[in-house]
Amino acid sequence: MTMEAHVYPTVYLSQKDIDEGRALTTRWEPNARYAWDTGVAIGRYLEELKAGRLIGRRCDACRRTVIPPRMFCEVCFRPTDDWVLLQDTGTVKTFSLCYVTWNMKRLTEPEIPAVIDIDGASKGMGIMHMLGEVKPDEVKIGMRVRAVWKPAEERQGDITDILYFKPF
Amino acid sequence: MPILDRLDHLHRAKAIEGDLPFYSVYTAGLAGEKFFRALKDEGKLLGTYCSECDMMYVPGRLYCEQCFAHLNDDAWFDAGTEGSVHTFTLMHVGIDGKPLENPRLLAFIEIGDTDGGIVHDLGEVDPREVFIGLPVEAVLKPPEERTGSLNDILYFRPVG
Amino acid sequence: MRRVAIVGAGMTRFVRRAQETGKELAWEAASKALESCEMTLDDIDCVVIGTAPEAFDGVHMKAEYLSDGAGAWRKPMLRGYVGGGTGVFSPLQGWYHIASGLFDTCLVVCEEKMSSCQPHPQGAFLTIFDNMTERQLEPNLLWIFALEMNAYMNRYGLSKRDIAQVSVKNKRNAALHPAALLGDAEITVEDVLASETLAWPVQRLDVSPVTDGAVALVLSSDTVARRTTDKPVWIEGVGWNLDTAYWTNRDLSYPTYVEEAARMAYKMAGITEPRKQINIAEPYDPFDYKELHHLEGLMLFDKGKAPEATALGITQRDGDLPVCPSGGLLGVGNPIAAAGLMKVAELFWQLRGEAGARQVPGRPRRGVAQAWGDLMQVGTVIVAGI
Repeated sequence: MTMEAHVYPTVYLSQKDIDEGRALTTRWEPNARYAWDTGVAIGRYLEELKAGRLIGRRCDACRRTVIPPRMFCEVCFRPTDDWVLLQDTGTVKTFSLCYVTWNMKRLTEPEIPAVIDIDGASKGMGIMHMLGEVKPDEVKIGMRVRAVWKPAEERQGDITDILYFKPF
Repeated sequence: MPILDRLDHLHRAKAIEGDLPFYSVYTAGLAGEKFFRALKDEGKLLGTYCSECDMMYVPGRLYCEQCFAHLNDDAWFDAGTEGSVHTFTLMHVGIDGKPLENPRLLAFIEIGDTDGGIVHDLGEVDPREVFIGLPVEAVLKPPEERTGSLNDILYFRPVG
Repeated sequence: MRRVAIVGAGMTRFVRRAQETGKELAWEAASKALESCEMTLDDIDCVVIGTAPEAFDGVHMKAEYLSDGAGAWRKPMLRGYVGGGTGVFSPLQGWYHIASGLFDTCLVVCEEKMSSCQPHPQGAFLTIFDNMTERQLEPNLLWIFALEMNAYMNRYGLSKRDIAQVSVKNKRNAALHPAALLGDAEITVEDVLASETLAWPVQRLDVSPVTDGAVALVLSSDTVARRTTDKPVWIEGVGWNLDTAYWTNRDLSYPTYVEEAARMAYKMAGITEPRKQINIAEPYDPFDYKELHHLEGLMLFDKGKAPEATALGITQRDGDLPVCPSGGLLGVGNPIAAAGLMKVAELFWQLRGEAGARQVPGRPRRGVAQAWGDLMQVGTVIVAGI
């Protein structure tokens, strides 16, 4: 007796079956849009981005300086203590060379997302951002990078106020 | 705008906007395929019968929810297109909370004397004349306009 | 706490796009599970449903929607969701329903119909990125896995070849699984290395695909198990653990949350030397590198050493420690919540000698199944034994 008897013969449909009307379908567009309150910590983080700066928070109990900033420490479960301005330089912790968009369209030049550990924060405190002004085959884990900012008048209080990080 | 100040207008609160970038395509399913094709091609409402539980499901289902029996091809029956109003309501506001120009009269209609029914619009009737138990019949779109959707039924109207 | 056994299992085929609705998929798996141990709905005291975000099936209150197909009509029902970890989390929830003494039998059903989500389920997955500090970069879900894979490879000096061998092993194993979507008896490492680069280091054949499917298990107390089957498979240990959601603050080269969950499960099962005392492992493998990552988190191999063990053939079906004899997600498919339960079902069939052509030789006595998900932060582990 094997498990084969316990597999139901589920019916497979191809895209053609649907397009050619052999299988009935209904389409529905959700009408869900959101306005998220930034909260205290990220509200300040975004304001500082507009001013051309990166900011973190310090927990005196576990002595971590964290980025992104948070008003409570998730390790100690107590409120964090101070704001700490950080540098806009860091080290590439990991990266990827991405040749597709989220809906699977091909890109000729890869986008380079990375996790960058930020100078001034505790070890391992990284944020996700993009790398730029660098050839894909020259990117290395451990590379030192610096933020390239939008001009002040174009900054909105958004993570994209930093265009990308580039090697230095 | 500093975030620790008191706000006098909600629109000054900093908020990030976003949405969910997807839409859904639902298959009718094994039972749904039979039900909607019959509605489209023959103008019929079909159900499935579970003999174990003596339950007549409309729209027809693949399985009985009470005993889990497989309701196969032999279980399908024609439920007719008449029924009665089990409950009804008159909608005055739309999905966004704004008043509707034309209030919408909706009912849950029991089909025949089965255990099933459909929610749909009532038409050709004054809302003040609707009552629970009112006998109604389905008014269908002409065959060439039907697509295999619940909207192949335009509305239910009082019989006679 | 009472002893709990798995006494029945069933599943649908895993397909790219099923005609069945989500309810019908749930019923197919659940009815097969009941049939496998000759039980009816009347014998079932409670139901646990595992299913991923509403966005995939496109239905609000998805467990309630699935409930009639999952046998939950007029029964106590609980839904759990921890991303991909759900497939091992759900039987764990079923376990405590019975271990607590509250119920004697439990039907566990995990379902996913990802094909409804258009143009691509990624549209729903994108919400995994922080809404205020990450989505504005227009990310792609693949980034997270590529970033983790690169960190793992870099830490231990691994090559793509070291990792690709996992995809080959699992897809070949899956060629013998009757429900598999991507079984391939002929695939080679060269095929994987030649496949399209999506987000380096991730290539197309390193990834498991979007899938529709459902799996169900019947769990019972000791007394009921003994009159239902002569081969109950006991749930000997359970563990679960959640790491920080601040994924960019974590060491991505090691899954600490898997180790924590494994410690909890091993302690309960009385396992002190996992490598010696476990005969089969079904770690979660949505990407080939994850099997290696998770084998190390499960403490079955030392950090950085799982690739070497794979190269030596230790994790082949006839090796010293068979890993993913089912074919895993890479071979059978990845309907998010159901995939992990497929692994627990595999342990059930393997330990009873019912896995057919995939049967692991010898008489395996004990296995571990593990799943992973959320923002790459949950570990769920079950130890099963016969």
